[in-house]
This record gives sequence, C-alpha cells and structure tokens, in this order.
Amino acid sequence: MEPIIKIENLSKQYRLGTIGTGTIKNDIKRWWHKARGKDDPFLKISETNDRAVKGISEYVWALKDINLDIMPGEVMGIIGKNGAGKSTLLKILSKVTGPTTGKIHFNGRIGSLLEVGTGFHPELTGKENIFLNGAILGMTKPEIRRKLDEIIDFSGCGRYIDTPVKRYSSGMLVRLGFAVAAHLEPEILVVDEVLAVGDAEFHKKAIGKMQDVSKGEGRTVLFVSHNMTAVRQLCDNGVIIQNGSIHARGKISEVIDKYLENEFNYFKHQYQNTSTIFNKAILRHAKIISDGALKVNSKIVVEFVFEVESDMETNLSLVLNDNYENVIFNSISNVIKAHKGTYNCRFEIYENLLNDGFYSIDIYIVDYQRKQPVFIEKKVLGFEVADYRETEWIGKWTGAVRPKLKFEIFE
Amino acid sequence: MPFQQTIQPENKFFDLRLKEIWRYRDLLMLFVRRDFVAKYKQTILGPLWLFIRPLFQTLTMVVVFERMAKLSTEGVPPILFYLAGTTAWNYFANCLTTTSNTFTANAYIFGKVYFPRVITPLSVIISNLIQFGIGFMLFVSIYIYFFVQGGTVAPNKALLLLPLLIVNMGFMGLGLGMLISASTTKYRDLQNLVSFGVQLLMYASPVIIPLSSVPEKYMPVMLWNPMTGVIETFRYAFLGSGTFSFKLVAYSTGFTIFIFFVGLLVFNKTEKNFMDTV
Repeated sequence: MEPIIKIENLSKQYRLGTIGTGTIKNDIKRWWHKARGKDDPFLKISETNDRAVKGISEYVWALKDINLDIMPGEVMGIIGKNGAGKSTLLKILSKVTGPTTGKIHFNGRIGSLLEVGTGFHPELTGKENIFLNGAILGMTKPEIRRKLDEIIDFSGCGRYIDTPVKRYSSGMLVRLGFAVAAHLEPEILVVDEVLAVGDAEFHKKAIGKMQDVSKGEGRTVLFVSHNMTAVRQLCDNGVIIQNGSIHARGKISEVIDKYLENEFNYFKHQYQNTSTIFNKAILRHAKIISDGALKVNSKIVVEFVFEVESDMETNLSLVLNDNYENVIFNSISNVIKAHKGTYNCRFEIYENLLNDGFYSIDIYIVDYQRKQPVFIEKKVLGFEVADYRETEWIGKWTGAVRPKLKFEIFE
Repeated sequence: MPFQQTIQPENKFFDLRLKEIWRYRDLLMLFVRRDFVAKYKQTILGPLWLFIRPLFQTLTMVVVFERMAKLSTEGVPPILFYLAGTTAWNYFANCLTTTSNTFTANAYIFGKVYFPRVITPLSVIISNLIQFGIGFMLFVSIYIYFFVQGGTVAPNKALLLLPLLIVNMGFMGLGLGMLISASTTKYRDLQNLVSFGVQLLMYASPVIIPLSSVPEKYMPVMLWNPMTGVIETFRYAFLGSGTFSFKLVAYSTGFTIFIFFVGLLVFNKTEKNFMDTV
C-alpha cells in the first residue's frame, strides 16, 4: 500500500532571542549570499535542539531531517518531551508555518486541530460561532448546516446556543469548540493536545469521538499528547521525537515503554550517596526492585541502606508525591535502637493501590527521641506507574489512588 | 501513485491560488458578517453610527475650512463638496489602515489554523465597502435634496466611471495595506508610519482643497498622489466641479493595478513563514 503522507528530509530552523532587532543585518547578509548563488549562511549552523542546554548559535533546528511515511488509516501517536519538536511538526503539516528545507507530500485534505475554538468571537452567539469556526477549519456553509444539530447536541450547550459566547464558561467554550472540530471530515486529521482541557465527562466524550474517527471511519490521524493513556488507547503506532529528530518508531506500546524508560527523571530507580555524614545519619543507597515497567497491578518494592554515626533511636519516614507535588501519603517504619553501622530497610506498596501516573519518594531519617529529622532528601527516587485495566473503560481514571477495595453487587 | 499535494519551503513565485480562495468563500462572508455584527453589538444606534460619523466630520470641515478659512469649494454647496471628498477618501483610508495590520492583528488565529491568509484583507475590503455604501447613501440623499432644490449640481457622463473609481479606492487601499502588513511582521516601524501617514496623505489630496486652488508650487505633489485622480473625478462626476482628465484616471488605475499585484505577491510570500517572525 502507498503511504498517504510522505515526509522527506523535513527540517525547520528557528531563530532564538528577540526577533526584530539585528535581523535587518542578517537579512541583508542572507540576501547577499543568495544573490551570489551561495547557500544561506545561517542554514549551515547546526546544533541539536536541547531546550535545557544553552547553545552557542542563535539559530536552532527545531526539526532536523525528519523522514516518515504514514499509511492510510494509520493512527500515529507522536510523543516526546516539551520542546522536542512535536508541535512544530504538526504546525508544518497544518500549513501554519513552512518548513526550512524538505518536503511533505500528501493526498486529500488535512484538517488540523491545534486548538479548539480558534477564532471564536466573544460577541457572536454560539450558533454564529459554530459557522465561523467551522469555516475557519475548512468546512463549507452547507456542510455545517447539515451537521448543526449534531454539533449542538454533541457540545451539550443547546440551552445557550443563542447567547453570545462571552457569557459562556471556559468549559462550555471548549466543548463547543471541540464539537465543531469533531465534525470535520478531512482524510487526514492532525490533533495536538486538545484533550488536555475540560472535565472528566468531556474527556470521555472527546476520546470516544477520536476513537470513532480513527477506528470507525478509518481516517488517518496524527495525534500528539502527553496523556499516555489516551495515546495508548487511540494509536496503533507511534514515534518518539527527541531534540528534533525521530528517536524511535514502532508499535505504540513499545514506543511508550521506551519513552518512559529514557525520558523522564521520574524514572529514577537508583540512588547513591557517598558524601560524609553531616548530622548523625545518612541515606547511602536506595533502589526500586522491579523487572520492567511498573503497572497499576504490580507490587512496588523499594530497598534502602542507611548509615548511622552513633547510638540513637531512629525510624524512617517516607513521603510519596505525585508529579504535581501533591503528597499522596506519608508512611513510617518501626523504631529501632541503632548503633554505629549500616542498616537495611525494605518498603512495599501493594498491587492495586496507586493510580497510574508519576511518583517520587522523599526520605526522612528521624531522631526518635528528639522527634526531629536528622536527614532529609527529597525526590530520592522517581517512578511511573503505567495504566492497567481489566475493564473496557477509557479515559483517565480519576483519583489520587486507585485501591482495589471490596465492592460487590449481589445478584 | 503520485501525490496530489506538497508542502515545501517556497511557494511558486506567482501563484494566486484563486481556486483555494473560492473554496473558502463562505469564510470570507462570515468574516464580513462578524466584523459588521461585532462592531455594532451593544450599541443603541447601531449602524446609524455609519451616518453620524461622516456627517459630523463633514460639518466640521464646512465650519473650519469653508466658514473660517474661507477656502474655495468651486461654487458647489460646501457640505456636498466635503462629503464627496471624505466619502471617497474614507473608503480608501479604512481599507489601508485595517489591512495594514492583517498579520499582527490576526497572529493568534493564523498561528493555530490554516486558511488562505488573503481572505482576511479581502473581507476587510468587503466590510468597508458596506460602510462606504451607507456613507454613499447619505451623500446621495443630500445630493438629491440639492438637485431637487434646483441647485447648481448636476451629474454628467463621468458618472459612468463610478464603478472603476470605487474599485480604485478599495484595491489601492488593499494593495498598499497588504504590502505594509507583509513588512510589519518583522519590522513594526511601518505600523506607526501608517497611522499618521494616511492623515498626511489626505492633505496632499483634493479632499479639502480643490485641485484648481492648489498653488503651482505644490501641484506636482498633488498629482503624484494616486488618490487625487480618484477624488477629483468622483467629485466631477456628481457635482460638475473641478477638473476631469483621462490622464489622471489612467494614472490612478495603473497605480492600483501595479500596487495590488505587488502587494499580493509580497503578501503571499510572507504568509508562509510569518509566524516565525511576527
């Protein structure tokens, strides 16, 4: 089968810093090189685009030599860190900005959804905005008129449809925007992080609709999201973009595993500390014992080694945080009468307790008599708990924890 | 199977993409509607403001330039004289100032979704045409009043050129506006120039002073201004005053065609990557 999209050596260069100052000099230089039939002098500078590392050049490649074929009906997830180049790729595909070099060949219409509700005018009513937004997204008037009832119904804003949208809540605006976008019918759909907004009900609806579009109607979809659950459920294949290049591609589950193992500092399964003892005790070593990725239904075992300088009554206190820095729980060990030397400690979180997400562990070594910590280390370890479900339910499972409790229906 | 479409760094040098614009015609009309509706929502007088503005502008001119400064209006009722000038000038000036910040004003929406960017300035031309139409109605009603009164005014054959004059006003504004908007994406200086430049240009046109009263010394400046021919002919057609020369009309029309294509060319070249520099 022939691909529906063929991306060839696609690169995109951006200039860093303030635009508008000093550009006239570079513009003239560029033009002068071009006029003499030479290459653009600023295109030669090549640095990988790592957002955290300060580079030398003020020009940077947001994308570098991307080659990718996408088959008709394929649902492709694009994952990567912030600033890796995912959105730039989608922007070029949606023709919002052009590539610096390279080409994209494609068949059919590309519909892009980089944001919901683009171009809504606050003074116009919901209905008027449906027409406006639909037309901006490339629909014709008769097309919108045909689907109007369906759109209003899907948005769940029927009651307010003749009210100016400036009176809408932000959630309603998102719903209305998504409702319009969801009824686009291009052969290729490009979607960027639009599921990151709205409430749980909306999420379910949005993901459900995305599934209809991709699985049911057989359209080609390119989907960017940081919500791994959504990506896993929607996509067949995936690519990891790292520093502007394709780092890996393959089946979506393999790609996600690879991504989580490499990319996140939340994947810090080892800790080592060799410095001298500052105050009575120190954590020497910590380790998460597991083979492969941790899932909601796997037991998480952590081992600690700590050293005590002199006799004291002591215990360990462990704080588990989620990736929004919320404390999920604080757990304490038994108290021991410790002498000078090293001690081992083992901590277990049962299966089916944590929800899927990213977690970090803080450790406190406590002087039990004085009731104060003598050693504090935040984010000693970090790990991800991947989603695992026995049900067909989709969307983010809400809640800080997901304990499996006794919950039975009697027939 | 060869691919139907390609995204590449450079567009073809001269590609008007009329087919694509035609496909987005609904959007064009929706933009016009949006601009019109949004402007007069939550106002009591609504589109009546379209009458009030030029009326007061003209009355002020009558008082300042005719009564106080005693400038000639070539024997035409002053209110008609100034109203004819401002109606024509305002259409041009509104088109120019609004289209000249197309990219900067719409950067947000342009950054999120693609449609032929030229739709936006085109919609400005059309919504301003509606505004012009209403202003023109005001002019015509006052004109008829003076005509019925048996005044000194009478239309003549030059009226046949009216459609051409209106096209000139709109497209000259559009062409210049597109040219400026393409340049302001990177260098904002021009935007400052436009706001007062348009005003200066008005004084270099026969909106206030009829061409016949312009001193010899300043005549070349007036004749260089491409709007001079348009305004002078517009006034001549309705009021029979002033000068009429095919040369002036031809110069204005030639300039409009030239500036429109240059503007469109630069605009199309800019639209592809302006998001990176805006």
